[in-house]
Amino acid sequence: MGKRSVVPFGPQHPVLPEPIHLDLVIEDEKVIEAVPNIGFIHRGLEGLTDKRDFKQMTYVIERTCGICSFGHGLGYVETIEKIMNAEVPARGKYLRTVWAELARMHSHLLWLGLMADAFGFESLFYQAWRIRERVLDLLEMTTGGRLIFSVNEPGGVLRDINSDQEKEILKELDIMEDEVKDIEKTFLQDYTVESRLKGVGYLSKEQVHDLGCCGPFARASGLSYDMRKLGYEAYGDLDFEPIISTQGDAYARCECRVKEVFQSIDLIRQAFAKMPGGDIFNPVKGNPNGEHFTRIEQPRGEAIYYVKANGTKKLDRFRMRTPTFANLTGLCETLKNCEYSDVGILALTIDPCISCTER
Amino acid sequence: MSVMKFAPTMLKQLFKKPVTKNYPAEPIDYPEGSRGHIDIDIQKCISCGLCMINCPSSAIKVNKKDKTWTINRFDCVQCGLCVHVCPKKCLSLNPGYQTPGPKKYTYSQTHIMTEEEKKRAAEAEARKQAAIKAAMEKKKAAAAAAAAASAEKKPEA
Repeated sequence: MGKRSVVPFGPQHPVLPEPIHLDLVIEDEKVIEAVPNIGFIHRGLEGLTDKRDFKQMTYVIERTCGICSFGHGLGYVETIEKIMNAEVPARGKYLRTVWAELARMHSHLLWLGLMADAFGFESLFYQAWRIRERVLDLLEMTTGGRLIFSVNEPGGVLRDINSDQEKEILKELDIMEDEVKDIEKTFLQDYTVESRLKGVGYLSKEQVHDLGCCGPFARASGLSYDMRKLGYEAYGDLDFEPIISTQGDAYARCECRVKEVFQSIDLIRQAFAKMPGGDIFNPVKGNPNGEHFTRIEQPRGEAIYYVKANGTKKLDRFRMRTPTFANLTGLCETLKNCEYSDVGILALTIDPCISCTER
Repeated sequence: MSVMKFAPTMLKQLFKKPVTKNYPAEPIDYPEGSRGHIDIDIQKCISCGLCMINCPSSAIKVNKKDKTWTINRFDCVQCGLCVHVCPKKCLSLNPGYQTPGPKKYTYSQTHIMTEEEKKRAAEAEARKQAAIKAAMEKKKAAAAAAAAASAEKKPEA
């Protein structure tokens, strides 16, 4: 038995896009325990509900994080709509679904690139981000923003996708599907990648369930847990099954995310095929009064939004629980008894989004 | 499990043009609806101040007296809420981002009144003054009547 020592990991680390600190208790080369420490980028966005009215808050909440921005806007707006009993036009719901899936694609491609960088495959990282650039261009063309879209408003969406843009999106999706198939081979079949990821950071189905994990991290262990199955927005009309892997290791998490990119492409095609015409925006009148919980599936997992309104312009309380916060417990569990050199990869497998976690 | 899975992707890329642009030598073309910066058609503006009230980052200031519309481009987050709420649709989001600068400078526009608008404003002002005058007189008359009533009441008491 070697001597125990504590090694700090982060907040600045090459694999981490955002600051999180882990205190790793190490014995020889083995990690015995990991203690997470967050709080480096707390901005108090929830407290801004005192100073901004509920329509302005849509734009504040979208800016919580650059990657999950569409999901945050969607979850908040949906909560306000439920409180006010506002009906969103059918076309608005389909447009939201299309944008949510495009956002999922760009988030997963970003993660695949970061993962490739973490296991030292730099050219694969470039390829993943090259494909992601196509998604960002599509988002900029339809919403006007590359990462922050500002198209959600209580009562519907503010921008429409016309037929030219629809054709352009479907054309680009075909190209992207081929390109992702190319890099999928490297992610899932290559000898070097497999030997780096297989069997690393195993969690069983029972463990992820007990630890309250969500998203692709939980689905990789065989837990069929996808909030899109609740049928919010237009997901109820679309035909899909949550992507599940049973291996529960880093390789399975990578596999889940690669396959979800294809699933998103399929969902966008289905949404365009079924998209009705008509209005996109149905203005809401008055102020919200009441409280509501909403659960939506973000690229990283299940996000929960809670709003308590008192009938005035300004909300009483707003709270959100983001997927990374739920997955941190799972991360600490995977880090137990792992090799020190695997910590970087394992910290990435939960797809950490610290800006969301600390709000 | 197999090796050399990445080789075809790499070889394909070898015979293609670079996907990146040689910015800034080569200019970037933004799509039509890109959210770059806010522009105003000041002659349509009625200085209602709704953009100022709704702006989440308090970047817009409207001076109703001087009919001046001012935006701090470094505070603006290009959310487009002002464009959405504008009753006269004189605001628009156009492509082209604010270039960085050493200090936060503002962009200001003043509405120049046409002859017709001046006439209308003068008429409105005159009507307002007349209304104030009438109200004052009414108040004075009411006060006088009350005083008279109390003066009448006093001797009886």
